[in-house]
Amino acid sequence: MDLIADIIIVLLVVVGIIFTIVTVIGILRLPDAYTRAHAASKSATLGVMSLLLGVFFHFWWNEGHFSIQLLLGIAFLFITSPIGGHLMSRAAYVAGVKPTELTVADDLQEVIEQKRTTAKRNTQED
Amino acid sequence: MKTNDVILQTTTKVVFFIIFLFSIHIFFAGHYTPGGGFVGGLLTTGAIVLLLLAFDLKTVQLALPFNFTVVTAIGLLLALGTAAGAIVFDVPFFTHAFDYFELPLFGKTSLHTAMLFDSGVYLVVVGSAITIIQSIGGDD
Repeated sequence: MDLIADIIIVLLVVVGIIFTIVTVIGILRLPDAYTRAHAASKSATLGVMSLLLGVFFHFWWNEGHFSIQLLLGIAFLFITSPIGGHLMSRAAYVAGVKPTELTVADDLQEVIEQKRTTAKRNTQED
Repeated sequence: MKTNDVILQTTTKVVFFIIFLFSIHIFFAGHYTPGGGFVGGLLTTGAIVLLLLAFDLKTVQLALPFNFTVVTAIGLLLALGTAAGAIVFDVPFFTHAFDYFELPLFGKTSLHTAMLFDSGVYLVVVGSAITIIQSIGGDD
């Protein structure tokens, strides 16, 4: 029983570390800000969540301590980390960071340009 | 250009309560585990700063209608009162007292006057940090 518990814990921690390493490689290798945000916000979230879950199970099964903070941390990370990625990508887009040359479709550009022109017209009328 | 903050504002409404409850937990757990008035106060400040980031200053001041300078003053008075209360019982300044009580929901609990001092620290930290941020952030 202890062996199965330890195997699950080690597996979770190893999966977390692998996903974190994949995040680092993604940030180094991908061509522009948006693909990097895609790598950073998804796999880093899963990696850290898996690590925290491994720590949680270790303290629960081996030390007999049910840590509610770690569960709260997992839920918190799951909510906030993708929002962070979304906000950074959006800020980059509005600030005018160009996507990579390989991009084939950009639907947000029309909307943003439309909004810019209406905002400019409104300020001129004032 | 009018920005669209639906995602940020909706998340903030959920996340604010998680951070606030965690700060209360940290505050009460301070006697036996890491935590206490300072960290709890800073976490509460962080939750309010998150509200300030997602909404504008006027909305947050409407939602939390406290004068945070007064909150700081109340915290200082509470800390000083707890410390000075020792004089009444003919013991040195800052001596704290504790006893065990049977509370209806918690069972046997030890209540310390150090917690009153800690809540003074908590109020001072929240009050001064929010005052700093509001006076820097609000330019009108």
